[in-house]
Amino acid sequence: MSAPTIWILTPFIAGFLILFLLRGRLSPLAGGGVSTVLALIAVIFPIDTALLLGSLSIKISPSMEFLGRSFALNTADGPLIAVVYGLAALWFFGTEASGSANRFVSLGLMIIALLTASIAVEPFLFSALLLNVAAMLVIPLLVPVYQKPGRGVIRFLVYQTFAMPFILFSGWMLSGVEASPGDVGSTLQTGMVLGLGFAFLLGVFPLYNWIPMLMEEASPYVTGFLLWALPTFTVIFALGFLDRYTWLRTSPQLSSAIQFMGVFMVASSGLFASQQRHVGRIMGYAAIVETGLFVLAMGSRSVEIVNTTFLLLIPRGLELAVWALALAIIKRKAYSLRFNEVKGFARKYPIAVAALILAHLSVTGFPLLAGFPPRLALWQELAGQSLALSFWMFVGLLGLLAAAMRTLAVFVMAEEEKTWEWNESWVQTTMLGVGVIGLFVLGMFPQVTQPFIANLPSLFEHLGQ
Amino acid sequence: MIPDIISWIAAGLMLVTSTVVLLNRDWRLSLGALALQYMAAFWLVTQHLPFVMGSVKLITGWMVVAILGMTRLGLSTDEDIHGNSFMPHGQWFRLVLALVVTLVIAGTSPRIEAAIPGLGLPVIAGSLLLIGIGVVHLGITSDELNVILGLLTMLTGFEVLYAAIESSILVAGLLAITNLGLGITGSYLLIAGTSPIELKDEI
Repeated sequence: MSAPTIWILTPFIAGFLILFLLRGRLSPLAGGGVSTVLALIAVIFPIDTALLLGSLSIKISPSMEFLGRSFALNTADGPLIAVVYGLAALWFFGTEASGSANRFVSLGLMIIALLTASIAVEPFLFSALLLNVAAMLVIPLLVPVYQKPGRGVIRFLVYQTFAMPFILFSGWMLSGVEASPGDVGSTLQTGMVLGLGFAFLLGVFPLYNWIPMLMEEASPYVTGFLLWALPTFTVIFALGFLDRYTWLRTSPQLSSAIQFMGVFMVASSGLFASQQRHVGRIMGYAAIVETGLFVLAMGSRSVEIVNTTFLLLIPRGLELAVWALALAIIKRKAYSLRFNEVKGFARKYPIAVAALILAHLSVTGFPLLAGFPPRLALWQELAGQSLALSFWMFVGLLGLLAAAMRTLAVFVMAEEEKTWEWNESWVQTTMLGVGVIGLFVLGMFPQVTQPFIANLPSLFEHLGQ
Repeated sequence: MIPDIISWIAAGLMLVTSTVVLLNRDWRLSLGALALQYMAAFWLVTQHLPFVMGSVKLITGWMVVAILGMTRLGLSTDEDIHGNSFMPHGQWFRLVLALVVTLVIAGTSPRIEAAIPGLGLPVIAGSLLLIGIGVVHLGITSDELNVILGLLTMLTGFEVLYAAIESSILVAGLLAITNLGLGITGSYLLIAGTSPIELKDEI
């Protein structure tokens, strides 16, 4: 059996079957189960390596032909697939606790399958098309059939569709630049087209305005999933570009531009987050900060570029999952997530509020929490290159910390005689508990992620060598 | 000689149809113009791609038109309200915008043809017109159907141009899926919010 059949076709078909065959509690269990099994297969069976089980020899072949092109997942992709499907399992198991619609699991599985296909397709440039199709599959999750679509969804669709032509064109232009590297004019044009494509895809300032809007108008759990999945694969796609084209990798101007974009995202979103009065919008801005950190890491002129970028990967998935789940639980009770609606909720939903605040603090890079080690590593890299960049990253994270303090203040702002209640179900408490323990484990023992991320740099031939 | 003339006619048809989609407020006429636009695009695509691959684009395009048309037909006449554009509604304003795009494209197309020889002037002019007017359309509307029409127009322009530089079957297939996806997404967005609230329990 080939790797693309296992990690692309199987989850896609599973998602399709779950959509039509399973309802209620079964669909999160089935979706989470499929993802867990796929993650375990990725951990246990290395791709393109023969394993002897008694007299039985098992080998997963790396590639598959489809419409004249190849989809290939190599040995180095194994840990990445394990991380992605492991985190996806966490999201799918949490569906029941979050109260999201049934189709979240089925469409979510299909989206993850398409995103995995985006890292497998050769030439890698065609990933832009798969990312676009995956983005379209998110729409039915963001807009329930009984709700009019808001402006955030429309902008999301427009921006994601805009990105694809820019990236496909830039790929064609890049081959021209490679042929004549001295042509400054075409190099500049190509850089601009490529930059615009990724700016739309990643939601670089000011193109991230749809994110807070979506957090307001759509389910926080679904939006959280979207904010985890799409940027993660987009960043891997962007690293592929840097790896493939020498002039992109070696251009100091481009590196500075990427860092500037990243730090602008971090600083502006952090400051905007500190001014919000809506818990969902704050999470949206925090997700933008996370993406900004990815961009900052990609722009760093060091051999640690891949390590630093992937170090951010696992904590990001866990933080957003815990945060989104906590928000979804709170939103089931509160009419909206505005400060005046969630005042005093710490006494009604203590577990959800505690998990939310811890996830928030983790994103700000609070010590002992999952976000701290990668931010420290990134800071160390940046401090060696530019103190201004380090300072503005600090400002952004400080803004997020201020938002965390304001959120905490609002949640505990209850009347004195109000008694403590425990309104979370056992499933919700367990899921949040596991997530919070994960945040502490990743914060205190970051080396637990090493088996997964140690070999990830070998995904790229030239980057970080 | 005759194919060249037909190519220019196709580019002209693209200008007319995209302008009709931009100016018009009647969804029936807009979808009709979109269907014609796909025919013109089909001709220009087949200048660089085999007939079969070009016909995939035509059939996909018509399927998208059918999906959107059937969805819109199923909605009540109460839904026949105009999109909540935030820019001036006037037809003249839109016409001027289309004229500006046309002038810009008329100026830039020969230069692009000189920079990238072999694409053909009608292909460049037609595709850039669609991209330009599609983007303008997206800039002045937030109504779901018009947004989808703008995206489809822009994407068709891109497809015509990209067909000249990339002939992969996978790309053609994925672009067809993207077009169909946009059509289905558009019809879902049109339906969303029009169903009774009781449906909430069923999803």
